[in-house]
Amino acid sequence: MESPLSQPGMKARVTVTLKTGILDPQGKAIEGALKSLGIAGVASVRQGKVFDIEVEGTDRARVEAALKDAADKLLANTVIENYRVEVLG
Amino acid sequence: MKSAVVVFPGINRERDMARTLKLVSGTEPSMVWHADTALPAGTDLVVVPGGFSYGDYLRCGAIAARAPIMDAVRAHAGRGGLVLGVCNGFQILCESGLLPGVLMRNAALRFICKDVYLRVERSDTPFTRGYNAGQVIRVPLAHGEGNYVADSETVARLEGDGRVAFRYVAPDGKLDPRWNINGATNAIAGILSERGNVLGLMPHPENHVEGAIGPTDGRGLFAGLTQHFAKVA
Repeated sequence: MESPLSQPGMKARVTVTLKTGILDPQGKAIEGALKSLGIAGVASVRQGKVFDIEVEGTDRARVEAALKDAADKLLANTVIENYRVEVLG
Repeated sequence: MKSAVVVFPGINRERDMARTLKLVSGTEPSMVWHADTALPAGTDLVVVPGGFSYGDYLRCGAIAARAPIMDAVRAHAGRGGLVLGVCNGFQILCESGLLPGVLMRNAALRFICKDVYLRVERSDTPFTRGYNAGQVIRVPLAHGEGNYVADSETVARLEGDGRVAFRYVAPDGKLDPRWNINGATNAIAGILSERGNVLGLMPHPENHVEGAIGPTDGRGLFAGLTQHFAKVA
């Protein structure tokens, strides 16, 4: 697939997960379904979100800073969620 | 009372809200588009109505909370102006930082659409002056994500400062887990901001204002607001 970037860029991934202690009814429902399927050894499931983002620019630190800003302002609600930014190159 | 109803793509309760504002206050509200950057001059009350702004993408209210008009709503609140958020509007106000906490998926994982009983916790606010403290009102509710959650310090602060405006209760006004319909922390249905000028609640008082279609318990909220501004002016 052709990249939408007009100049050299980087790929990055932002992973958003629920904080410990926050009830995750969706994760619980999935956990129950996995158990009913007989998948061995499933102890618990927490559901999160993954954002694959293409960013213009090749300065790793700047890309990382921009995505942290994106996560703080929109991608994650830090009241209930944690996030992790990975610049994949 | 000069009110403005903010309209986002995917909102669907804005006309119910506008109809109620006109009916109870006697003044037609302005409808303000999400991409606008200013509220009409002299706006007393901003209302963020219910619906499914931006299809509830990302998180309920998350994208609407970052819309251009929300800077003007924040500035209005910052000046002490009144802001009311109902249902998705409550979610939007939480996401925008005007109210603390977040509305999570209902504990039973189902969308719920039915009348509920709320206890009005205090009557000394512009939003609740049309009721008596401890009064139980019956209003409709319709949401999938109304389970109020905040960290324990925030909840303690809300409770300590008397910022819980409405709670889900049994018809006799008593707290009962069976009547806490969505599993909200401390059965919280509506909260006030620190200065008391922003109210968010999940149920829809605007839908119980006309005798021809049912109970009129929601009317007190809008009548109280109208009185508040009549007195101020």
